[in-house]
Amino acid sequence: MRADPADYKLVSPGNLPAVLSLLANEPAQWLPIAGGTDMMVLYSAGKLPNRKLINIWNIPELRQIKVFPDRICIGAACTYTALRRHDLISAEFPLLASAASWTGGIANQNRGTLGGNIANASPAADSLPALLVYDAELTLVSVRGERRVAYPSFHTGYKQTVMAADELIRDISLPRRFSGYFSHTRKVGARNAQAISKVCLAALGHIASGTIRDVRIAIGSVAPVPLRLHETERVLSGKKIGPTVIDAARNCAVKEIRPIDDIRSTARYRAAVAGNLVAEFLEKLGAEGATS
Amino acid sequence: MNVSPAAGAKCQVSFTVNGEAQNVLAYPMQRLLDVLRNELGLTGTKEGCGEGECGSCSVLLDGMLVNSCLVPVAQTSGASIVTIEGMSAHALIKPLQEAFLQCGGAQCGICTPGMILASAHLLEKKPEPTLSDIREGLAGNLCRCTGYMQIFEAVTRAARRRVAK
Repeated sequence: MRADPADYKLVSPGNLPAVLSLLANEPAQWLPIAGGTDMMVLYSAGKLPNRKLINIWNIPELRQIKVFPDRICIGAACTYTALRRHDLISAEFPLLASAASWTGGIANQNRGTLGGNIANASPAADSLPALLVYDAELTLVSVRGERRVAYPSFHTGYKQTVMAADELIRDISLPRRFSGYFSHTRKVGARNAQAISKVCLAALGHIASGTIRDVRIAIGSVAPVPLRLHETERVLSGKKIGPTVIDAARNCAVKEIRPIDDIRSTARYRAAVAGNLVAEFLEKLGAEGATS
Repeated sequence: MNVSPAAGAKCQVSFTVNGEAQNVLAYPMQRLLDVLRNELGLTGTKEGCGEGECGSCSVLLDGMLVNSCLVPVAQTSGASIVTIEGMSAHALIKPLQEAFLQCGGAQCGICTPGMILASAHLLEKKPEPTLSDIREGLAGNLCRCTGYMQIFEAVTRAARRRVAK
């Protein structure tokens, strides 16, 4: 059943304190909407549970990107287009710039936001593995104040997060300490453009004196939440990259993930592809990573 | 801040459409697509999938290409919107239109308004796009007739003609 717009409210307070007081005054009643690329799809299909929406598209402080000596702070309502156009993000956080470039087509990149991708909490979201490996930190705000949440502890289950009903993601902060790392990302979907991922990998590696000093691997669409492969990283730490190590990492990755069969793919295919993507990353890291 | 309207209350939205100031009374969650087609009679903007996958409903919102099926009209208050009808005043319409005709870039026509807007949006940012730029710029616009190659060729030709001038 199509939604009837007469059944819905949409208000535009225009500033953050007013948005937060609405969220606090009627808990769980109001739903923030930024670019609408996810919510309008649910709305049109008559599947949006909330009838009251708050416009956060026009809140200037949610649209800023601030650069500090030790970190970059990205407003939650920054669009994929804004991320792609930002020179420092392209230079120091290429995994995020790439994910932004293959999330939807240009029209959706002009409206879809990083905070929306996080709050929507789909395990298939393309930008989330990048945020995991870059040690992102979220600032959540409410009338009660603000708190910082390490991004890896944000998702608690399928589409579940630690965010309270009165909270809003204000910004996403990334430490500027990965620009010397070798980075690799790969999305596997039904077609290159505008397809939701079957499997999506984002990885960073640092090699010194021929051995892996640090490695960070995250994969989307293979578990109820975007997943960092800590066990696989432990298997690799301190090792020299070679066929045996790559096989061990591939086997560990396949055990660590929890893929399912769904509309886009099967658990078996996802496990095979996830293993291959980890192996491909390590081969590239071995071949190209030593010089970077 | 404005007082929250009761469910069912329409609101005044003032914006500029194709250079003309417009004032419409609409439900805030009405899709921009429906307001353009039903309230303003601008039926050049087509509805395809209605979920942001096909690009038939593309318009320029403050110079940005957007899918008008995913934009609640209340978010466009004060904005400047260009639809395919407004493109007739655009410097790129002549080269694009001619190239689409010459290359067979339009068949049934449902995707064409969106293709033209996405192409213009691309050429404004990249006057000399590569084939891969064109593929990326039009990736959000689906066409079930042409198989795309004629459209890519048309955009390449329009860009070349414009640069040659």
